[in-house]
Amino acid sequence: MSKKDSKKSVLTLHPERCKGCRYCIPTCPKDAISVSEKINQKGYKPVMVDMETCIGCGSCYTICPDYVFEIKEVQ
Amino acid sequence: MVERLIPTALVEDNKFCPGCGHGIINRILAEVLDEMKLTDKAIGSMAVGCACLMVDTFGVDWIQSPHGRAAALATGIKRCRPENPVFTYQGDGDSMSIGFSETMYAAFRNENITAILVNNGIFGMTGGQMAPTSLPGQKTVTSPMGRNTDLTGQPLNIINQMKDLNIGYLARGSVTSIKNINRVKKYIRNAFETQMSGGGYSMVEILSPCPTNWKMMPDKSLEHIDNTVTTYYPLGEYVKKGGDSNE
Amino acid sequence: MALKLMKGNDALAEAAVRAGCRFFGGYPITPQSEILEYLSKRMPEVGGHFVQSESELAGISMVHGAAAAGFRTMTSSSGPGFSLLQEGISYIASAELPAVIINVQRYGSGLGDIFQAQGDYFQAVKGGGHGDYRMIVYAPASIQENVDFTTLAFDKADEYRNPVLVLSDASIASMMEPVDLPEMHEHDPNKSPHAAKGKGNGPFKRITSTMYYIDDFDTYIKTKYDNMAANEERWEAVQVADAELVLVAYGITSRICKEAVMLAREKGIKLGLIRPITLWPFPAKAFKALPDTVASFMTVELSPMPMIQEDVLLSLDTRKPVHNFLAGMNIPEPIDIVEKAADCIKQTAKGACNG
Ligand SMILES: Cc1ncc(C[n+]2csc(CCOP(=O)(O)OP(=O)(O)O)c2C)c(N)n1
Ligand code: SF4
Ligand SMILES: [Mg+2]
Repeated sequence: MSKKDSKKSVLTLHPERCKGCRYCIPTCPKDAISVSEKINQKGYKPVMVDMETCIGCGSCYTICPDYVFEIKEVQ
Repeated sequence: MVERLIPTALVEDNKFCPGCGHGIINRILAEVLDEMKLTDKAIGSMAVGCACLMVDTFGVDWIQSPHGRAAALATGIKRCRPENPVFTYQGDGDSMSIGFSETMYAAFRNENITAILVNNGIFGMTGGQMAPTSLPGQKTVTSPMGRNTDLTGQPLNIINQMKDLNIGYLARGSVTSIKNINRVKKYIRNAFETQMSGGGYSMVEILSPCPTNWKMMPDKSLEHIDNTVTTYYPLGEYVKKGGDSNE
Repeated sequence: MALKLMKGNDALAEAAVRAGCRFFGGYPITPQSEILEYLSKRMPEVGGHFVQSESELAGISMVHGAAAAGFRTMTSSSGPGFSLLQEGISYIASAELPAVIINVQRYGSGLGDIFQAQGDYFQAVKGGGHGDYRMIVYAPASIQENVDFTTLAFDKADEYRNPVLVLSDASIASMMEPVDLPEMHEHDPNKSPHAAKGKGNGPFKRITSTMYYIDDFDTYIKTKYDNMAANEERWEAVQVADAELVLVAYGITSRICKEAVMLAREKGIKLGLIRPITLWPFPAKAFKALPDTVASFMTVELSPMPMIQEDVLLSLDTRKPVHNFLAGMNIPEPIDIVEKAADCIKQTAKGACNG
């Protein structure tokens, strides 16, 4: 149990995959997602995540059609 | 907390438009195949439509079927390879317009395959023409004044056509929210469990946004499904004789 | 070697089973329904699969699926049903999958009628489906050839990874003759290099138009069909060595033409016969090898419009008259063929050379 508790869910972002649909923004319970001003290789303004606010819940992973988010467990 | 890693079948970025529901459906299908350890064994019968865009990006064995014939093609595969999970991945135009007969007859024979039918109420690939599933009054490039049901019929509800047949599993979901996505993933899992236990035909219809051809912003497309499309196509499980993942 | 008396359609179906065909999907239509009926009983006996499909469109797509799964597979139809098969044939050719298609020809366009004819020639040999594919077309003229060419069709389909057509007709379908059946051949679907069986640990298979995955596809596919054309011509030549007029006929009419040649020779008229066994590739070589005595040709066709005549003209290096005997819906009598041929010989001698 203590071992499990010590694990943390951390978000990995793949902004190069983002096509700018913005589904993730209202889905995030912590309002941690916003739009970046940079344009990615696909030609869209990708989302960015405030890692301080993110709790690693994975809501963005679930709604995203473009595999932009992953949640990894780290010790 | 659980890890959320990109499932193994998603070998490349998908090629769908921004906000397209196919992307979400591809991912949950790939998750189910991974979780059930079926990715290595699965054989997909691929429809003509935006489904075609999966051929290089979704890493399972694929056979491209002629427009509408995916269920017949899957029948040939499944009879020959009964041990393999065999599924069709089709749009509404493919499965319910040109392929209505093949779709219905696979169900009618209770063919032990899984059909994933992506209903976006339109012919996406060809530029947004009216589909049998288009809603009354829906403006499309071939119903510019809005769908006239007096001349073109009422929206085709495939589940109503199938629910009294002797089949294994039948459900309709949508991809408009975390809750709905998790639920439709469970439906897809139930469908494959039905097939793998020899339970006969399983079909999941998924209401999916096509923001490009609906000429709607992605967020408005999801609202439109929740507020309007589901009134014509109610969500839920309709036939359930096979397994249940955990509901 | 024990000969067995069999009906044309039954013998063809049994040959398919013995060639290792283990999936059949098809829809009833006279005069080919006996193939379905026979296989509905026979397939389960050998551990194969028979599906009576809801239509020919579905039947050929089931065959497409079975072929992609690595199985030897076949469908059969006739006339209106053959039209519906074209979609799937084009797709199977495009995916470079092996499959055997049977068309037991019946008469006419539209619904037509159920009796023998040869009117599907163009649709069979010029590519009835869309796009620029070709397929080998065998024209059996006996029940034994129904067996032999169906067997060969499966081998050639595998060799070229391409659909192969056996073009039979209503009379061969319903005739009975003694046949020598080959031994049972087992085909291992897992050994087919193209077979979809789930990716396992390897890369996933994409069984779709091969044009997407082959560099310089135009050259590749032209070379494939050119090789088929160069290597697969088959024909039978009868008494051509000193012939003045050579008949050209395939399938059921070629049998009558053989009798006509014999009858003509009794009367001192020097007829010969070229019987194309492959209709595609059309046996052009047979025409290059003819002696100078041959002054003209006459095609004998079971249709109201000339069809094979066109391919004969394309096969000739020098302009020689190509007449035709269009039997339409009636099986011709040998004597009628001989009389028309004699007439054509006279016309040719006079320099007149119309049809
Ligand atoms: C025989 C045939 N007719 C028409 C087409 C053109 N076509 C390609 S996809 C398509 C419609 C696809 O719509 P749908 O199945 O709803 O898929 P979506 O793109 O919306 O996901 C059509 C009509 C074709 N490829 N083949
Ligand atoms: S056209 Fe519609 S269905 Fe096709 S990829 Fe674009 S959004 Fe998706
Ligand atoms: Mg659609």
